[in-house]
Amino acid sequence: MKIRNGWRATLVIALLATTPALAQTPKKGGTFTYMIPADAPPSLDGHKENTFATLQATAPFYSTLIAVNPDNPSSTTDFVCDLCTEMPKPTDDGKTYTFKIRKDVKFHDGTPLSAADVALSWQYIVHPPKGVSSARESYMVMVDTVENPDPETVVFKLKFATSAFLPALADPYAYIYKKETLEKDPSWFEKNVMGSGPFKFSAYEIGQSIKGTRNPDYYHAGQPYLDGFVAIFAAKQSVRVDAIRADRAVTEFRGMPPSARDELVKELGDKVTVQTSDWNCVNLLTPNQKKKPFDDVKVRRALALAIDQWKGAPALSKIATVHTVGGLVFPGSPLAATKDELIKMSAFSTDMDKARAEAKKLLKEAGAENLKFELMNRNVDQPYKFIATWAIDEWSKIGVKATQKVLPTGPFYEALRSGSFEVAVEFNCQNLVNPLLDVAKVLPRSVYPENYGGYEDPKLIELYNTMLTETDATKQREKMRAFETYALDTQVDTIMTPWWERIIVARSYMKGWKISPSHYINLNLANIWLDK
Amino acid sequence: MTVAADHPITLRRRRWLDAALTFVRRQPLGTVGLVVVIVAALAGLSAEWIAPYNPTSNDFAVMTEPPSAAHWLGTDQFGRDLLSRIIYGARTALIIGFVSAFVGGFAGLVLGVGSAYFGGLIDLALQRVMDILMAFPLIIMALAVVAIFGTGVQNVIIAITVPLIPRCARVVRASALSIREVPYIDAARTCGFGHVRIILRHMVPNVVAPFLIMLTAFVGQAILAEASLSYLGLGVQEPVPAWGLMLQGGAEEYASTAPWIAIFPGLAIALTVFGFSLFGDALRDAIDPKLRER
Amino acid sequence: MYRYILNRLLLSIPTLIGAAALVFILMRLIPGDICMVRLGGSGGSISASALAVCHAQVGADRSMPLQFLDFIGGFATGNFGISMWSGKPVVLEIATRLPVSLEIAILATVVAVLIAIPLGTISALKQNSWLDHIVRTVAIAGIATPSFWLGILSILVVLDVSRWLFGSPWMPSIDYVPLWVDPLQNLSIVILPALTIGYRYSAVTMRMTRSAMLEVLREDYIRTARAKGLLEQLVVNRHALKNAMLPVVTLIGIEFAFLIGGLVVTEQVFNLNGIGRLFVQAVQNQDYTLTQALVMLTVAVFVVTNLVVDVLYAWLDPRIRFG
Repeated sequence: MKIRNGWRATLVIALLATTPALAQTPKKGGTFTYMIPADAPPSLDGHKENTFATLQATAPFYSTLIAVNPDNPSSTTDFVCDLCTEMPKPTDDGKTYTFKIRKDVKFHDGTPLSAADVALSWQYIVHPPKGVSSARESYMVMVDTVENPDPETVVFKLKFATSAFLPALADPYAYIYKKETLEKDPSWFEKNVMGSGPFKFSAYEIGQSIKGTRNPDYYHAGQPYLDGFVAIFAAKQSVRVDAIRADRAVTEFRGMPPSARDELVKELGDKVTVQTSDWNCVNLLTPNQKKKPFDDVKVRRALALAIDQWKGAPALSKIATVHTVGGLVFPGSPLAATKDELIKMSAFSTDMDKARAEAKKLLKEAGAENLKFELMNRNVDQPYKFIATWAIDEWSKIGVKATQKVLPTGPFYEALRSGSFEVAVEFNCQNLVNPLLDVAKVLPRSVYPENYGGYEDPKLIELYNTMLTETDATKQREKMRAFETYALDTQVDTIMTPWWERIIVARSYMKGWKISPSHYINLNLANIWLDK
Repeated sequence: MTVAADHPITLRRRRWLDAALTFVRRQPLGTVGLVVVIVAALAGLSAEWIAPYNPTSNDFAVMTEPPSAAHWLGTDQFGRDLLSRIIYGARTALIIGFVSAFVGGFAGLVLGVGSAYFGGLIDLALQRVMDILMAFPLIIMALAVVAIFGTGVQNVIIAITVPLIPRCARVVRASALSIREVPYIDAARTCGFGHVRIILRHMVPNVVAPFLIMLTAFVGQAILAEASLSYLGLGVQEPVPAWGLMLQGGAEEYASTAPWIAIFPGLAIALTVFGFSLFGDALRDAIDPKLRER
Repeated sequence: MYRYILNRLLLSIPTLIGAAALVFILMRLIPGDICMVRLGGSGGSISASALAVCHAQVGADRSMPLQFLDFIGGFATGNFGISMWSGKPVVLEIATRLPVSLEIAILATVVAVLIAIPLGTISALKQNSWLDHIVRTVAIAGIATPSFWLGILSILVVLDVSRWLFGSPWMPSIDYVPLWVDPLQNLSIVILPALTIGYRYSAVTMRMTRSAMLEVLREDYIRTARAKGLLEQLVVNRHALKNAMLPVVTLIGIEFAFLIGGLVVTEQVFNLNGIGRLFVQAVQNQDYTLTQALVMLTVAVFVVTNLVVDVLYAWLDPRIRFG
């Protein structure tokens, strides 16, 4: 367990409660009210949108081909069938996956679901027809074709064998739509809902709430337990905390800051249950290497040296949704660096006096002693602005004066893309833990379009490619270390901050749901029941 | 008379004092307001000397501590001393308040007086522009300005100032219009005085009273507008000590677990705006003879 | 009088066009666009082809002058277009949110008038008494407190008081129910925001009532009435209050048009799906069509309210001639 140094997924029942939560038999019935901590999403179409607001509003209506195991969602490698009958073994040297589709599945309109529906939905995700968009097309680069040889079978043929395929296939947005509807009007699902999931769509009050009722024909025996659900859009945090306090809503599925947890536990005691987990999201402090003096690695290293990760993480974890010091890889993954490995990199030093003296020396050498710059951030409180406040204070300890400039989402992206910033609080937040793909974030823009550091680096790309094609687990881990050390220590292309912590506070009568490292998965409510 | 000739300065001082005493006696609320304003101004001006701690340096050993002997108003999430942040915050608040009020006020003064003096097409055109700015929802314009330029004290000031201009121009124009047709302005015109001289010597002094009253109101409004922007996440940003920012963070996350984080900045805003409003009201009552006590 | 109204209506055309141009330009000056907001939100990678499809869909490839003509032409013919964010007609988007906002605005106005006019009158009659000082202090406190702070506090007070009274904390539902579906539930939802806005609104109105009353009380006809030995109550009700109401009515009218600004923050605090919240969303999502329509709506309301107030004013006060 040494490798999984920071990995935690704990179920903390407030106070002394020793309820054997898992041993109980689920009760049927009841309406479940939860909040979606966002404003209304642009559309209800999972294939086209990229915001959790769409997912948290529509996941209960749809089925997917496979999913992260809802009974073991904290695992990064445990995938189970939703619509298929069993998880296939790849053939053809790992390049072909053949799925058999269940025969007992019906869409909410009563028509049966067949492999043809699954195949076409996936074809639209992987290779959307002209004029149709697919938000996650780029995640599916390894897929060559999706075929439907008979009404029970779907075959995925890959361009190259990769362990990144199954996690990508478990994408929670990959809803299975009805073939006929999709072919007739690919935009139909933007404004309408028709799936085969545990709940049937009943109402959408635009911008306010979405409601569903139990699907009596659901194919997973016994599920869902609830009669129905109401999801309310509630963008402001104080409202959400108050609503849980007054039992106007049971929970929210994104994650609350520690202050909210403390308030609710203090107020409600064992009437609320807290689950916490490391979260597959992290903020990165990325210098723009096209701007002076950030083109100088000495300056970048100085900025990294100034930050006391080890003292910062536990302190910040009391006030912000962050927790675990880590490198490029999600701390729960076997590929993640251990503490000993991290400390070898200058950015993770434990001797801060020495590190900061070194930082000042580096700044002097680079001729940037009185460095002043603007830290660009996004208009999100948790934890973005907390990270910025902390980093700015840490930098002040080596004489660097940074100010914070906050932009709404649109202008923020524009500034990133056009390179009109000095240092940015970036973020890397993926649907599923898939470290091999997730760390691609630091690859130069010519390879990874969403990199904004403004550098070209053939050596970094080479290190990545050798790691990606490595099949031996131990060797792959070593190569990951080399890649990570080069990016974070040799080049200091970006500065890590503590990985996020997901804190879910729910009324204790919510049962059956388990936390995962992603706020995108395990959201279809099929396993939730109310102990009232 | 001989006294005046011998001691003109003493008398002037005494007159000033008399006026001040009268103000205190007649306007007890206004005096309270003035005191609050003066306290805030002194805090803002002398922050470096009176603040017990550095307002921006984090101290993880004392996060969210309640008021104590070491930290009179407690500490915030980052272990920063709240009293020090509030004292420095007075500076930020007054800079935003005064700069917005003065820039907005003077632009409004120039446009209002100009519009009234020149009349005709210029007036018509200027009034339409003012109409547009008046009718445009303020907070939306502020949001757009911040989205375009980004946050930062000067951008926040721009966002707050623009909507103040037409409101000032309106009032000034109305006051100026009422005296435009007064005979002495005509007389000045026939004497061949230039526009600038007539405006500066004759019209401006006559609109000074409503203008000053409005300025005091604007300072308070600007401080409140910054707080509203902060609530939407687009006001002044960390680590700058600013009341609106402190209140937003405190109110959203700590209103019930660590209430001092929200209460003190909230009080600072409310008291200061309160002070400016009371003072402004009293000033109006004192200047406007119609409202003087029977 | 009809000529006056016609004249005023004609004068409002440049205001409307100017506001249209202003919002059109402001929105397009904001860097980035709706597609980046839509696809970039979650921190994953933005697919280039999805971005291109989105751009084509929202019509970002049309030229600026054409877009402006579309907008003005649409506005003139009552066609507000389709929200770029949701793809639904702008009229529908607004109509969904209007009832909550209108309800709160009207309730807040009622609250304000009910509090402000009696208190403002008393304050003026007892000028500089302790009563006057208290009323003014409370009024100014209403103007001085940031509205979101007042809102957050009021929910907390309700939670704490209800826990103290009934043992478990209570707050109104966060899922809005229209008045005609469940009047009681509806009222419980809108009452707090209406009070929060109404308090501030009443503070402004109260101050205006006080100073208008003070001015009227010094007029000759009041002195005459008093000299005639009329009962003080009659003097106040019949003569003073009626005349002092002119500027107060103006203020109420103008403030009503400004309410939208108050709603922006209050609707967020109380999680109400109203026009104010929609406005913020529209600007932040960079939804040009929706923002434009909302701005034009508020400007139109402002223009109309002003006109109505002026006409009323002139009608009530014969000294004012229609110029």
